[in-house]
Amino acid sequence: MRLEYFEMIDRIIAVDDTSLSAECRVPAAAGNPVFAGHMPGFPLMPGVLLIETMAQASGYLLLHRLNFTRMPLLASVKEAKLRSFVLPEATLLVEATLQHEGSGYAVANGRISSNGKKVCEVELVLRALPFPSPELAAMVRERARSLGMVVVEPA
Amino acid sequence: MASAFDRIADIIAETSDVSRDKITPDSHVINDLGIDSLDFLDIVFAIDKEFGIKVPVEAWTQEVNAGRVPAENYFVMKNLALRIDELVAAKPAAGA
Repeated sequence: MRLEYFEMIDRIIAVDDTSLSAECRVPAAAGNPVFAGHMPGFPLMPGVLLIETMAQASGYLLLHRLNFTRMPLLASVKEAKLRSFVLPEATLLVEATLQHEGSGYAVANGRISSNGKKVCEVELVLRALPFPSPELAAMVRERARSLGMVVVEPA
Repeated sequence: MASAFDRIADIIAETSDVSRDKITPDSHVINDLGIDSLDFLDIVFAIDKEFGIKVPVEAWTQEVNAGRVPAENYFVMKNLALRIDELVAAKPAAGA
């Protein structure tokens, strides 16, 4: 994870049309500006960044499903439960499951666990919009490739 | 079973801040009931689930924005209920 760049996912382990699993390692606290602020002397992974991590996993699931033709954007966060603290250097398993794909939106469930223990879960609504620019679409495809996804270039 | 209108009106009342008694067949979902795009997304999700369909909101919006169809055709309650009935009727039969 590179928290200050919002790069939350380190590696996508598996993805199919309805589910995705990914791995992340929380960075060390020393020298990390996020942990310098959250919180001084008591570094904890911010809950909002855990939700962002589940949103990104859901987004990559939707990108896979839509063959990278549209850009998922977080629209709604529901039923978020943050069950336990996440400390620096923790290894996280992030899972996203598609609950429903509608017209221009999707509903997904996200979960994070660490060492087999439930950390948090959420229901998310994502809009699927046209990419605002081909450059951003190419960057997203390249980022997905670097995480281990198979990406087919558009014809 | 309740009519599509009643089921949709119940969904809107449960999903948004609009009270059920304010929702009439002539209510425009956006102009009269004040439903914004995010609430409408929740309502569409609930309609999709309730009726087992996929409401083609994007196609509807494109048609309205292009001036091919008046917004009332999709966003006035009695017409929305008709569109939902049409989508349900067009659904493949279970097991077909």
